[in-house]
Amino acid sequence: MGLQEYDIEVERDGLDTEEMTLNMGPQHPSTHGVLRFVVKADGEVMRKATPDVGYLHRSIEKIAEKVGYHGFMPYTDRVDYVAAMFCNQSWAMACERLAAIEVPVRGEYCRVVAAELNRISSHLLSAASMTLDIGAATPFFHAFREREKINDLLEELCGARLTYNYMRIGGVAWDLPPGFVEQTRAFLDDFEPALAEFHDLISGNKIYVERIAGVAPTSAARAVAYNLVGPNLRASGVDFDVRRDIPYSIYPQLKFAVPVGRGEVGTIGDCFDRYIVRMREIEQSVSLVRQCLEQMEPGPVLAKVPRKFRPPVGEVYVRVESARGDMGWYVVSDGSEFPVRCKIRTGSFAAMSMIEELSRGLMLADLVAVIASLDIVAPEVDR
Amino acid sequence: MQGYLDSLIAAGWFSALPVQVVYAGGMLLAGAVVLFVFILLVAGFTTFVERRIWARIHSRVGPNRVGPQGVLQWLADGLKLFMKEDLIPAAADRKLFRMAPYVVLMGFVATFAVIPFSSRLVIAEMDIGLLFVLTVTSLVVVGILMAGWASNNKWSLIGGIRGAAQIVSYEIPAGLSILPVVLLAGTLNMQELIRQQGWAPWDWTLFANPFAFVAFFLFFTAALAEGNRTPFDLPEAETELVAGFVTEYSGVRYLMFFLVEWGNLYVIGALVTTMFLGGWNIPPVTDSVFLQTLLEFLTFFFKAYFWVFVAIWIRGTLPRVRVDQLMSVCWKYLVPIAFVNAIATALWIIAFPHGNRVVAFVMTGIGAALVALFFSRVAFHLRRSRVRARNQFTLSPFA
Amino acid sequence: MEFAAILARVQGCFPDVAGDSQPAVGDPWVTVAAAAICDVCTFLRDEPELRFDCLTNQSGLDLQAENKLQVVYHLFSYTHRHQLVLKVDTPRENAVVPTVESVWPAANWLEREIYDLFGIVFSDHTDLRRIMLPDDWVGHPLRKDYVEQEHYHGIATRRESLLR
Repeated sequence: MGLQEYDIEVERDGLDTEEMTLNMGPQHPSTHGVLRFVVKADGEVMRKATPDVGYLHRSIEKIAEKVGYHGFMPYTDRVDYVAAMFCNQSWAMACERLAAIEVPVRGEYCRVVAAELNRISSHLLSAASMTLDIGAATPFFHAFREREKINDLLEELCGARLTYNYMRIGGVAWDLPPGFVEQTRAFLDDFEPALAEFHDLISGNKIYVERIAGVAPTSAARAVAYNLVGPNLRASGVDFDVRRDIPYSIYPQLKFAVPVGRGEVGTIGDCFDRYIVRMREIEQSVSLVRQCLEQMEPGPVLAKVPRKFRPPVGEVYVRVESARGDMGWYVVSDGSEFPVRCKIRTGSFAAMSMIEELSRGLMLADLVAVIASLDIVAPEVDR
Repeated sequence: MQGYLDSLIAAGWFSALPVQVVYAGGMLLAGAVVLFVFILLVAGFTTFVERRIWARIHSRVGPNRVGPQGVLQWLADGLKLFMKEDLIPAAADRKLFRMAPYVVLMGFVATFAVIPFSSRLVIAEMDIGLLFVLTVTSLVVVGILMAGWASNNKWSLIGGIRGAAQIVSYEIPAGLSILPVVLLAGTLNMQELIRQQGWAPWDWTLFANPFAFVAFFLFFTAALAEGNRTPFDLPEAETELVAGFVTEYSGVRYLMFFLVEWGNLYVIGALVTTMFLGGWNIPPVTDSVFLQTLLEFLTFFFKAYFWVFVAIWIRGTLPRVRVDQLMSVCWKYLVPIAFVNAIATALWIIAFPHGNRVVAFVMTGIGAALVALFFSRVAFHLRRSRVRARNQFTLSPFA
Repeated sequence: MEFAAILARVQGCFPDVAGDSQPAVGDPWVTVAAAAICDVCTFLRDEPELRFDCLTNQSGLDLQAENKLQVVYHLFSYTHRHQLVLKVDTPRENAVVPTVESVWPAANWLEREIYDLFGIVFSDHTDLRRIMLPDDWVGHPLRKDYVEQEHYHGIATRRESLLR
């Protein structure tokens, strides 16, 4: 694949040694999706791990130019299928901002409920995969048990467990089904002790903490320069959350805290901070869903949007706080039914670009921890 | 075994053959019986036990289809592995690749020559029994290195080298933590070690003095590391090295590596039982030889198998350590503690040449208190989860 | 800071930048000449009142109607919480734009993606090679006039429509 670097001879103590070039992926149990790393290792210690992406490139951005605004909504799920609601929401928001469409209030509440439930399930998957990569299989299954319940709830809501296609330009496709509010409340009541149990099991475990504390710390300046977003950025100490600082939807009416990494074990911005920031965000999302369910009033959920959607000429850059961070959608319209350009800038792309630098001097086992803590999913990187 | 053969020779059997041949033949036969009736069964069944226990820890069910409650799952797995295609990578070193599983198997099966099953059932009662076990298990290192190298796969190589470094390093705390037991008993003979303990907990070496107590934990940790079990399962770390040194193996060769891993758990349990938990000692309840042998066998087996259960339990709970952390735990913590332990035991023996019953009773009390504390925590968690289970949220797919 | 104020500050040091493009819908942008982009970006990052410390997005844009390619930069400042859009025009043949990798390391992969999908070459880039597509791919897919190659390693890229 164009990486014309050969094993370099290293002279040390009069012995001729060689660096080992290892290939990690594209099929590997612990790369999150189809990712490939070319690792130059000196025994267990890595000199450099160069990522090689593009295995999951599906040219989604070009497809947007062909299928039009309405037709693109199911494709947005596949941009990040672990947290698909946010992709739906950001595409809908971009089109609404272009055409100045106002979403009914109940529609916004439905969006936030669905999105925050999706955030919980995405963070559960991320934390669980991280513990599985570190070697503990039990928290993985416990987290997925809870995630199954969220999948069931969202299946009640929109019929799908992973690629939801729930939102439409102008609102959401369907209102909450009867009984959904009670079921969600029952789930949230049941979920909080499960989360406490998860923490009991793994978050304080000495072996786990030793594995990830102090590994690959990222300073705030470097995180900003490399365009890290979301929990990765907050773990490095930068207190920024799109929901609070560039508010959209009905987030201004909801109360929530934004967890920021403090370096409580190890250095600020290390893998443990990234992990614990996500776990704390789950608690915040639970509270957000509860607030939404209380504040919702009956009403329409979908604004009237013409079938042939022709927004005026213009361009917008919409930012949404996805599970993986601030997802930016740059949509350019020329007045026709098909967008001129739809560029999706995702958090995992920047995180992936940082791995080469973070991996210098780490051990092979740490590379796995770093990839898992940065919460990289392959579809976001390649689109 | 030897005694039994002697009695047969005295009765007139095998008069034409020299004594050594009779001994060798008898022991080989006994070894074959043990291998096929005991080792394969136990190692195979342990795979099933591990999967069920692991599944319950993960709050799922585990294999329960093949046979009642899935007890024949291991047979099905074994049969499947037997029928798999025998793949050898084209660029692999064929001789070493083929030999490696057998070397590992040898290192494991040979330990059964000295492991006692009851007071009368042991293949060879060697005076250096414990030393023999330690020595022979080192063969496994050679096999792992061979497997890692011969696979012609960089990931296997890393797994093999990690495995070799780990096992060789942890032999030292394992050996050192056996020293207190040997010093207390004055012998390396496994049967003798057991005879010197009694059936009651206060007669066990575990509670004889605080240093033996510490030695028990040291030995168990070091033995887990030798057996490549979590938290020390780096050589086969699935999420990092695909399958470590067994990546390229399939079919029967793969089966042998994993038979060794699970069988090793039983060997660890047997060693722990022999050295610390009183072995097959039973209270004098019966005079019948058959019943005595049966009870002793069952006592020993269940004591040893309990530690298999504990090893599976630990695997379901703890994550994996990193290579440098593994080495630092061994060399910076276990080895110094084991040294201090051994010296302190020697001083203890000088102070109390015939043991100290008071200390034994106190230690037993402490042990019982720890067990009671543990069970109270279990009860607390069970109560809490039963409350949760009653209010558990489930969504029926047909609602 | 509002767009007008930012534009005034920038035009104070770089009079050539044009800021009169105020689209009907969406964010206004500042047009910068390709040769000056690196200096403008350095200024935007280092000026204390602007402090655009993050290149939040960089994308290519193919305006076929006006027969040109554009590189669009979205800048954001975490210190002041304001944003800015920069645009650089470049011709379709021989599209060369100086890299801003030295200003923000995030530009490294973003520019590689634009090179891969649009064919805009970023001069002085440390590692300009394709990122999504294989190295031996021919063409730049996100261009409007892109026609896919007939075969790739012996696999035909066209087939008869099954909906006949």
